[in-house]
Amino acid sequence: MTQTTTIHGEKISLLRVLGPGHVWALGVGIVLVGEYMGWNFSVGKGGAMAALIACWVAGLLYTCVAMIDSEVTSTVAAAGGQYAQAKHIVGPLMAFNVGLFLVFAYTMLEAANAITLGYLIQTVGGMMGMTDAAGEALVLHDKPFIVLTIMFLAWLNYRGVYATLTFNLVITAIAFLAIIILFFAVKPWTTEVLQHEELLTGLPYGWIGVIAALHFGLWYYLGIEGTCQAAEEVRSPARSLPLGTMTGIMTLLIAATMTWFICAGLMPWEYLGQAVTPLFDAARLMDSMPLMVLLFIGTIFSTLASANGCINDASRAWFSMARDRYLPQWFGAVHPKYRTPYRAIVFLVPVAVLFAYYAPLDQVITFSILSGLLGYTFMTFNVVMFRRKWPLGSIDRGYVHPMHPLPALVLLLLCSATYFAVFLGYGTQLMAMMLFFIIASLWFHFHRYRYVRRGDQFSMPWPRPQGDY
Amino acid sequence: MPDISTLNNYQLIEYGAWGLSLLLGLWMLFDTLKTNMTYSEDLLTSSREGEIDDALVIDPPHQGGHR
Repeated sequence: MTQTTTIHGEKISLLRVLGPGHVWALGVGIVLVGEYMGWNFSVGKGGAMAALIACWVAGLLYTCVAMIDSEVTSTVAAAGGQYAQAKHIVGPLMAFNVGLFLVFAYTMLEAANAITLGYLIQTVGGMMGMTDAAGEALVLHDKPFIVLTIMFLAWLNYRGVYATLTFNLVITAIAFLAIIILFFAVKPWTTEVLQHEELLTGLPYGWIGVIAALHFGLWYYLGIEGTCQAAEEVRSPARSLPLGTMTGIMTLLIAATMTWFICAGLMPWEYLGQAVTPLFDAARLMDSMPLMVLLFIGTIFSTLASANGCINDASRAWFSMARDRYLPQWFGAVHPKYRTPYRAIVFLVPVAVLFAYYAPLDQVITFSILSGLLGYTFMTFNVVMFRRKWPLGSIDRGYVHPMHPLPALVLLLLCSATYFAVFLGYGTQLMAMMLFFIIASLWFHFHRYRYVRRGDQFSMPWPRPQGDY
Repeated sequence: MPDISTLNNYQLIEYGAWGLSLLLGLWMLFDTLKTNMTYSEDLLTSSREGEIDDALVIDPPHQGGHR
């Protein structure tokens, strides 16, 4: 049966089935892998104390992000999150760039997670110690599992958002519980296991090491802002989005501090700074098989949850841009049965596979961090313009963040420091990425924008902007 | 095609992962093509930002599902 026209103005929308728990699972699920691996490279940059400072400074940065984002997104409840915010508050060119930041940040993070999962499976294969008939050690290759991870999670996302994020809720909760169990297992109230006095050796590279540590300090929280991509799929966006986002950042602050406390008390900074799976290593040092199994499961689950949430968010951003014709409208389709942006999901699969298959992990991670950082910088002036154009009282807000404009200023200051930190380690990549976004902006301005139906893209029932802007 | 009797356990697992990936990928591609051909483009791309609760939601083969 081919239905050639819409009947009685029938429309298909994304499905509104999610609650605050799913929003929490989306945000924390994307990020929690950063506690299991990645954050500890900040230890290598400046020592364990520098990593703790980076953890809390980045925590402050992300608390500002979560507060600002919660306020704006509680009024702009649209898939695409910050893209839709930029479109309504700043303008089309900014929105196009923010949309690209989102797609790249999440697709690269998805690729990084798939690489990590492949590596973990390969490591387990090596630990099994299997040999062939000639006594040669067998090697389990990572590539099939990298591709399988992306394919399976894309398939799950294709089939519906409710099952996807319920799956995320379960595996994220297990991964978070694993950190809490490990925290109590190391008996933090005694010095029986933890040796902070012996292992904390100050700042081996001085304060420049602290600045450099900020680069990987972001890894503790990177992606929490992804909660607002679910705006068109939650039952009560004005309530669920701020609730899910703020409880998410609280969860991450607790998990990040616990993770640092456990690892810095068990491993010398020289080892910790280059470890691949620090929390799993901490469990191995406890010499307890149940703990090792639990933390291994936590590592796998956190990686899966992150890749899963990334597919969800990248596809919503791509879908939203296409729906406004910022990209070919073909990508703005919704599956009539599963109610997901199925073409956007399928299109991004080969992109993620190519990066996961061929690009080195640190380059992929840096690409993701830089895209995220550009998005946070946008948030600073976005919220200032938002408050000026639509002051408090002019539109309904589900949440009002305190002390404006202090969080925006703090966020801008911390973003600047982090750009410098990234420049110290990956200056060429930073320049290459800026060049890419400049070229993409020129393409949008001179070519693509002519296809955009300018009046249709502003969908929020807001009064005309007022105030001084 | 390798001789299956010469494969070790790890190679079998790897081929299993490749096979499953292929299956999932083909399923998505097949379903995408089928959906594209079954429904009109106007209907598939009828979602609009901001149209949230009212006057939606149609799921032709599943009428009365979500409202």
